[in-house]
Amino acid sequence: MNLLEVRALVKRFGGLAATDGVNLDVRRGEIHALIGPNGAGKTTLISQVCGTLQPDAGSILFAGVDVTRLAADERARLGFARSYQITSLFPSFTVLDNVVLAVQARRGSSFRFWRPAAEETGLADAAREILQQTGLALLARRMARELSHGEHRQLEIALALATQPSLLILDEPMAGMGGEESARMVSLIEGLRGTYSILLVEHDMDAVFRLADRISVLVAGRIIATGPVAEIRADAEVRLAYLGEDEA
Amino acid sequence: MTVVLFVEQCLNGIQFGLMLFLLAAGLTLVFGVMDLINLAHGSLYMIGAYLTATLTAATGSFLLGLPLAVVATAVIGMALEAGLLRHLYRRDHLSQVLATFALIMIANEATRAIWGVQSLPLNVPDVLSGSVEVLPGVGYPAYRLLIIGVGTLVALALYVLVTRTRMGMLVRAGASNRDMATAMGTDIRRLFTLVFGIGAALCALAGAMLGPLLAVQVGMGENILILAFVVVVIGGIGSVRGAFVGALLVGIVDTFGRAFIPATLRAFAPPALADAAGPSLAAISIYLLMVMVLFWKPQGLFPARG
Amino acid sequence: METSGTLPGARLERDAWWQRAAPLAALALLVALPPLANACGQEFYIGFASRVLIMGLFATSLNLLVGTGGMVSLGHAAFFGCGAYVVGILATEWPGKGELALLAWPAAMAASAALALLIGAISLRTRGVYFIMITLAFAQMLFYVALTLKAYGGDDGMSLARRSTLPGIDLASDVSFYYVVLTLAAGSLLLSGRLAAARFGRVLLGIKDNEARMESLGYPVYRYKLTAFVISGAFAGLAGALMANQNSFFSPNMMHWEQSGIALVMVILGGLGNLWGGMAGAAVFLVLEEVLAAFTRHWAIGVGAILLAVVFFAPRGIAGLWAQRR
Repeated sequence: MNLLEVRALVKRFGGLAATDGVNLDVRRGEIHALIGPNGAGKTTLISQVCGTLQPDAGSILFAGVDVTRLAADERARLGFARSYQITSLFPSFTVLDNVVLAVQARRGSSFRFWRPAAEETGLADAAREILQQTGLALLARRMARELSHGEHRQLEIALALATQPSLLILDEPMAGMGGEESARMVSLIEGLRGTYSILLVEHDMDAVFRLADRISVLVAGRIIATGPVAEIRADAEVRLAYLGEDEA
Repeated sequence: MTVVLFVEQCLNGIQFGLMLFLLAAGLTLVFGVMDLINLAHGSLYMIGAYLTATLTAATGSFLLGLPLAVVATAVIGMALEAGLLRHLYRRDHLSQVLATFALIMIANEATRAIWGVQSLPLNVPDVLSGSVEVLPGVGYPAYRLLIIGVGTLVALALYVLVTRTRMGMLVRAGASNRDMATAMGTDIRRLFTLVFGIGAALCALAGAMLGPLLAVQVGMGENILILAFVVVVIGGIGSVRGAFVGALLVGIVDTFGRAFIPATLRAFAPPALADAAGPSLAAISIYLLMVMVLFWKPQGLFPARG
Repeated sequence: METSGTLPGARLERDAWWQRAAPLAALALLVALPPLANACGQEFYIGFASRVLIMGLFATSLNLLVGTGGMVSLGHAAFFGCGAYVVGILATEWPGKGELALLAWPAAMAASAALALLIGAISLRTRGVYFIMITLAFAQMLFYVALTLKAYGGDDGMSLARRSTLPGIDLASDVSFYYVVLTLAAGSLLLSGRLAAARFGRVLLGIKDNEARMESLGYPVYRYKLTAFVISGAFAGLAGALMANQNSFFSPNMMHWEQSGIALVMVILGGLGNLWGGMAGAAVFLVLEEVLAAFTRHWAIGVGAILLAVVFFAPRGIAGLWAQRR
């Protein structure tokens, strides 16, 4: 049963097809990794899935519903959540307030003008729970801009989780991380397995092989292979050149 | 609508448009390359006009007073850039608006303190006070023709400067990608000062040329500044070509609006309504133009930055 | 980072006791001002204080837009002027009923809100510099329309026969009018503070910090911005209505872009995004003007120089200095 279905998606920039007839499915509850060399069009594809970029052709179905023409915020309300490759937080908010803002997005209307948000204990409680889950509980009162790179990445995930999504789109969550931080991120994502359907874009092949149920390989705007890890791995050995180059 | 009137208004529109271009060219470069919203750009225009009037009176010759004033204003502009505005390039737009707004207050009040509250006399030179037959039977003031000539020459010179010289290449690179310009080395500071000086000189030229037609008075800078901003936004920030097209568009739409909208309305609408709405519509025509352009192309007609 | 000085809503902790006491002290002082001024024979200052409060209200409304929502508008005077014209036009066209404050002032707010809805709906499709310029363009349009309203004084503007009327209160008296202004200003400030700390204000702060992220969290950003624009416009309209009453006069100059610029200056001077920024900025700006004018005819040079100093040495305004001292 597919949660996300991308059908024959095309996006051109000038004459160049950055997305060239992509088909991609994410099943309910699976971790689906999207890999490919730099410039393969991964971020362009993700942006179209999330609704920040309009495709030229093709369609995107979410739980069977065509969402191709919906804006990013509308998709988010349906259950899409995204973490960004380049950290995108609220730097002048505290860590807790970052998450509160995300929780608030899914709990009733925010066209509320009188009652202080600080008095809505439900918001803060839910946010604290998420901080606990993502290992940020001790940093709750720090300003987001003061965090380390690894902590920023964790907060990225926390923001995405706080909107109670059904589909998580993680854009290179391990980017720029050291070994220990990576390991922590891997176990964090491991803990999400089954609860969410996850589309994981990642360069770290060890992490991908450990986490993914299935893998799709994007090269020059086309999916050249999709399958279980073992299959792609075997396939990948044939493409040692590509993987070797990518890991370097 | 007679042919004579039509030709006359076309020329008026082009003449005004070319002068707007002189202001807008400097503004759009400072905006696009240095990322500075310079509200005080209009003050340089005012200073240019005042200096021209004063120096013309002192030397007894408009043809001597004008170049002196242009050079003096360029020097003032470069000093302003090196001493003050340079420090605003990396600041947010709000700080820039505040600082240059403060400069307008200072410039206006200093002008009042030096030259008084009365507007200064600046007359069309006698040689040019006549009119020239542009079409059989259609006369047009010689001085306005001179403005068109000077404006065209300056536009051509700017075109050559921007497209054919190393400096122009650097400026264009800076407008499309600021980091690249910054990465190109240490003489970028000198380049910025020079660009600012050229912008100031163009302001002064416009102030000097328009001085005899409009009034040389405090506040003249702000009125035209807003038009120049409209031009810059319509053309696309950082694009000299856009500024040129935008300036002519604004000049012609404004001139035609004022000349023809009230009369046209009177032909179709009840007189009371026409008399009330005509002048309003004419006055806001360029702002409507800008809103329409931005609605259709939110980055202006010729976006410099991809 | 001294959060309480810069972002009233970005933080969920309570202020220190003296920070909570300061507004009450200020309020007490303002309530006591008319008798004090009368005792010293300085009635002039009552009208002056009304002007400060009204400009403070105007600047506060802009601060909601710029400081909380990150929308830098250079056309806020459009709504200020609109409020004034609604009061003026109602009083001219409908003497008696049109002069009822309870009718004219809400009408001014409603008209300014409607205008803001229209201008905002178009302007908010653009960003950054383009937003600055398009708001400026709209305000200029209204300015020129006002210039051609010959029935209402054209470019000279028009005097009101008298101030609006309020049952039981004689607004013609400067003292009574001052207290009404004070009440409205305090009320608006309270509202603005609640707004900033409530969900809505926090969403605006989030949009100011990172608009794209707010969208990906599922917030319909445009709707929030437009709502803020309309609320801000309504309060600017109230300020305009009060100013027309204070001066018994309205003119196109109230919509001039310099008026928008001055409001922006007041906001930055007082402290961007600070609840008190608008009021503090208006007070400092107008007092500065008054003091310098006592020394020289060319006071504007002094004000300009001080503004420059603020940009370079106190970029976060008075509120920033206040926070640094702690």
